[in-house]
Amino acid sequence: MKKLTLSQKAGLLSVGLLAVILLVWQLATLPEAKGVAADVDPEYAALMGGGTSTAASSFPTPAAMAQTVWDKLSDPFYDNGPNDKGIGIQLAYSLARVLGGFVLAAVVAIPLGFAIGNSRVFYQALNPYVQLLKPISPLAWMPLALYTIKDASASAIFVIFICSLWPMLINTAHGVANVRKDWLDVSRTLEVNPLRKAFRVILPAAAPTILTGMRISMGIAWLVIVAAEMLVGGTGIGYFVWNEWNNLSITNVLFAIFMIGVVGMALDSLFGVLSKRVAYQE
Amino acid sequence: MTTPVTHPFLQVENLARAYPSPSGGDAVTVFDHVNFRIHKGEFVCVTGHSGCGKSTILNILAGLDSATTGNVFMDGREVSGPSLDRGVIFQSHALMPWLTVLQNVEFAVKSRWPNWNKHKVREHAMRYIELVGLKGAEHKKPSQLSGGMKQRVGIARAFSIEPKMLLMDEPFGALDALTRGVIQDELLKICAETQQTVFMITHDVDEAILLSDKIMLMSNGPHARIAEIVNNTLPRPRERSAIHKQPHYYPIRNHLVDFLVSRSKQFGALRDAPDAPSSPTVFDPDDLLEPFELTQPESVVVPVPPIGKPHIHLVNA
Repeated sequence: MKKLTLSQKAGLLSVGLLAVILLVWQLATLPEAKGVAADVDPEYAALMGGGTSTAASSFPTPAAMAQTVWDKLSDPFYDNGPNDKGIGIQLAYSLARVLGGFVLAAVVAIPLGFAIGNSRVFYQALNPYVQLLKPISPLAWMPLALYTIKDASASAIFVIFICSLWPMLINTAHGVANVRKDWLDVSRTLEVNPLRKAFRVILPAAAPTILTGMRISMGIAWLVIVAAEMLVGGTGIGYFVWNEWNNLSITNVLFAIFMIGVVGMALDSLFGVLSKRVAYQE
Repeated sequence: MTTPVTHPFLQVENLARAYPSPSGGDAVTVFDHVNFRIHKGEFVCVTGHSGCGKSTILNILAGLDSATTGNVFMDGREVSGPSLDRGVIFQSHALMPWLTVLQNVEFAVKSRWPNWNKHKVREHAMRYIELVGLKGAEHKKPSQLSGGMKQRVGIARAFSIEPKMLLMDEPFGALDALTRGVIQDELLKICAETQQTVFMITHDVDEAILLSDKIMLMSNGPHARIAEIVNNTLPRPRERSAIHKQPHYYPIRNHLVDFLVSRSKQFGALRDAPDAPSSPTVFDPDDLLEPFELTQPESVVVPVPPIGKPHIHLVNA
């Protein structure tokens, strides 16, 4: 037998796993033939939608799911009013909020992290605040945000801001504080001015650590936006999930879960590409 | 080799450095009463055992560290911080790994002459990259270079800012013997061309003899000081392949090795006599040799080393 490469083996295993999942799914969602218990009044059963016909589960079969995915993805941007928008529109709302909160957090966290990383005094002064605020679930801020900002969508952005802030702040400070002394000594002997030192020496030296922080922040932001939108409602993928649950459309909920995963993966690999670009080998 | 007898270019007066004791007791004085002068164009090597504060002295000269007491004057002005007048070559080469060879050198050139345009900066940087024999590798990242090539970039970077003085902290300590030899030859050539004033730390006795005009020997710390100054009278230009045939070579070498092996410890006794003489004794091989030996370099009056004698290279622990 011909030897397979590592990625060929892994690919085969992945496809095999998918086949097993689909098979189990198919078996689990097989219509239960004559699924009416004998002790139930047939008239009552008929009223409940059972009776002589087969009782279809709300959980879709793989084929039905595939059909839904196809239908939804072939028309992602339709807008039939507040409760019926295409998946593309919902995802765009969520992404816009995540991006807004994330950019705001970066604007605050990276300069602040620079300051903390550069100064022991700053570090020790701000450390208790960071340690206290970091473990707070971002959703705990929601009532406070709604009360002070008085706007649901802006509150969601604030929640994303607060959850993206900490990993970026801590990683930036850590990266800046751990720039090799040699490089700083070189810039000192070359009499490099502070601004040039910050942008040409410290920033590139700390960039891989900073980007790791941004990647973690983005991951957390994408987790939190779903929960935040379930609370604030109106638009977004989180609202879509909750709305479809209220509609008892498990198919749509499943579809939304799948899309959340796809977008999250795409965001992470985007940061993976950026990380590669700023990485350096010593 | 004659050095112009003018006012000293670099003057170090009564330098001392103490570190707070880790156990909270009295401060530990690493070295004190350090006095020396370096003339313009002179190549001075410093050697001594680990812990005698050689690197600290170099860092004080560079302005990266400060002395507990004492002063350093260069060109009549006191050294109070890092300056572009003093180029530093670090043992760890200290190249920025995210920049290419050319960008590393350009970074230094742009720091020295901020008003130069891109073209001029590049041209100047390339000249020094060519000088160290790295033409063709200028677009490589440091991680793609061998240890010797990295150190050459460090040399090119230090020379490119055309400093008044060059400080080198064991620049070749991390290199293998063959590479070290090649780069020493290049450094010898560049220094001869540029008349560079150099202060260099080394643990390699042969390196010191090949490169220097003057070798300062430091006694062991704490309370280390410059115990002896050896005038290296070997004529220039020097050739690695022929230098050991010079009549002065083995007297100097033996003197250095003897110092490192035994005399450096005796000077440690000075710590009990804080006001012991701080002016080092000067060793000049001219005083030792009979004149006829100088005129007959081929005569084998000087002690011949036993074959297979180990190469003395004291590595920093």
